[in-house]
Amino acid sequence: MKISRLTGYLLVSTFLGGAVWAEDVTLTIESWRNDDLAIWQDKIIPAFEASHPGIKVSFTPSAPADYNAALNSKLDAGSAGDLVTCRPFDASLALYTKGQLADLTGLAAMANFSDVAKSAWQTDDGAATFCVPMASVIHGFIYNKDAFDALGISVPTTEAEFFSALDKIKADGTYIPMAMGTNDQWEAATMGYNNIGPNYWKGEEGRLALINGTQKLTDEQWVAPYRQLAKWKDYLGDGFEAQTYPDSQNLFTLGRAAIYPAGSWEISGFNTQAQFKMGAFAPPVANAGDECYISDHTDIGMGLNAASAHPDEAKQFLEWVGSAEFADLYANALPGFFSLNSTPVKMQDPLAQEFVSWRDKCQSTIRSTYQILSRGTPNLENETWTASVNVIKGTETPEDAGKRLQAGLESWYKPAN
Amino acid sequence: MASRPRTHIVVFLAPAVIVYTAVMIWPLFNTLLLALYTTDEAGRHFAGLKNFRTLLGDPNWSRPFWNALGNNIWFFVVHMLVQNPLGVLLAAILSHPRLRFAALYRSAIFIPTVLSFVIVGFAWKLILSPIWGIAPSMLDMVGLKSLFAPWLGKEEYALTTLALISVWQFVGIPMMLIYAALLSIPEEILEAGEIDGLTGWQAFWKIKLPLILPSIGIISILTFVGNFNAFDLIYSAQGALAGPNFSTDLLGTFLYRTFFGFQLQLGDPHMGSAIATAMFVIILIGVCLYLFAIQTRMRRYQF
Repeated sequence: MKISRLTGYLLVSTFLGGAVWAEDVTLTIESWRNDDLAIWQDKIIPAFEASHPGIKVSFTPSAPADYNAALNSKLDAGSAGDLVTCRPFDASLALYTKGQLADLTGLAAMANFSDVAKSAWQTDDGAATFCVPMASVIHGFIYNKDAFDALGISVPTTEAEFFSALDKIKADGTYIPMAMGTNDQWEAATMGYNNIGPNYWKGEEGRLALINGTQKLTDEQWVAPYRQLAKWKDYLGDGFEAQTYPDSQNLFTLGRAAIYPAGSWEISGFNTQAQFKMGAFAPPVANAGDECYISDHTDIGMGLNAASAHPDEAKQFLEWVGSAEFADLYANALPGFFSLNSTPVKMQDPLAQEFVSWRDKCQSTIRSTYQILSRGTPNLENETWTASVNVIKGTETPEDAGKRLQAGLESWYKPAN
Repeated sequence: MASRPRTHIVVFLAPAVIVYTAVMIWPLFNTLLLALYTTDEAGRHFAGLKNFRTLLGDPNWSRPFWNALGNNIWFFVVHMLVQNPLGVLLAAILSHPRLRFAALYRSAIFIPTVLSFVIVGFAWKLILSPIWGIAPSMLDMVGLKSLFAPWLGKEEYALTTLALISVWQFVGIPMMLIYAALLSIPEEILEAGEIDGLTGWQAFWKIKLPLILPSIGIISILTFVGNFNAFDLIYSAQGALAGPNFSTDLLGTFLYRTFFGFQLQLGDPHMGSAIATAMFVIILIGVCLYLFAIQTRMRRYQF
């Protein structure tokens, strides 16, 4: 009898336990940030689950280069996760117009974000917002402070100072002046062209003029950055043509290169890898005292899969992603991903503080090719990759590159006015 | 006996036919069909041959298409000129009766074939890396450092380098097939030739080579189909944008970028299917040429 009673208790407890478990909803997040897996699992998700009992979250990233293709296939097949990490602009807009991302305009947390922050995940008329903005990345240059001190170089603020610093490092010969390769192509466009470009085309002013059609890619302010890139060739390491992105990262963190054209997303990786002191400087301006412009690119947001089986729980998660609590947690767990939340976040990391301080003295803009201009064939962003690489290698002149890009853009894009 | 119903044939064929139809024939025709549709503001509708006119007529599409096709032909030429003669040579050496450790060489040469493309692409990228690679330091040891160039990053060398990597990987296949063909040549024929005064290389050129020609034909057609479907090695070594400046772009990588999209470029299944159809037609023409022009004229020898 005793045994059967025990069995009974066990059975009852199993059923009760089962009932409790059944109430738990598991939300799955699609993302390309596989570097951040540990941070999501150890810091972000436990914080959410602690305040929202009954909802479990699992973070399932895929490789960055495959993310868009994989996500589109999963959404088409109906096997995508409940929450979708949003690429900025057209990639996500296309998902929204296809009805695969839900409209989140009504989310209370949306009030925490400025219009500029939301612009990357809105319809062209700004009527509907479909992703909660998470973070932006800022471009600039990270440098080896020990190398600069040893060679007696001060941090450059103008182009002339920048090139004389590079000359000095090259003449000394201990360090490769600049760690960048052209094998993977995107660094040349993202960390090269779109990093130094805003100073020439005056940030938002030039970017919007390009969309309006009042400026062309053959104009001086769009060709001049290519002219500067062409000069970079002499300062890149031996065999830079076959140098990959991880090669460049390693060259810099091993202390073999002095300057790294960077995006702020490198900060946490570099902090753990590099054994020397690091500093950062904004893209140098043409003349001392010029207004400076930085690429402060809205890069990552989060949306709701319209086919999710648990839209209410997913919305609770998104409200939390839009909260100041998340902003603080995320920005400090991943220094270099700067919160877009209107509530200012106090950051601990000195390198991240340096990057974010440029927001106060420079004008912010986003990458020139991302909004609207990369909708057709040929794709302006992809063409910019090849053009930047060709210009650095010297196989195409800056003027020819500008002409080719403008011709490609004109073949399908008609400005509104 | 003859009038007995032969339902058992249908029953035995059914599993293979059903599986093959589901995973090969149906998707193939679906792809061909998808190429005839287009999606615009009005939704998806039938567009006839419009996608093919765009592919061949619009310079934005035709330029990368012809570039990829040209690269593909060069990729094939390198395989035909290097991989297959090398395979025949290795097989001829391996089949030499007095060669010691033949089994060891055979396995060593064949092993790369079973490796994954990802491993091959990654390993060679490291070997040839100008920064950490062993290629520059090995050349340095023999005093030929000046010959080293970042081959994978130079427009003029990248495709040939990748083709040779692919040759390194797959040379085991022609070697094995030719080796098997060589072993099947009866001793009597060689002895008869010897009596008539044919020895050594003469015996190879005049007796063995004609007898293994059918195998060489099969290898050529396998190489052709494999090369025009190639994608993995380029993707793992150079990425989907097939750099530098599209100099390593094959039809396969062009198809991938178009069908699935890349970075800010959105996927276009209809244009992608049009490219897939074009690849299918190119391969079909090549195989037909071989079957009707070469295979039928090949003489068969009865032992």
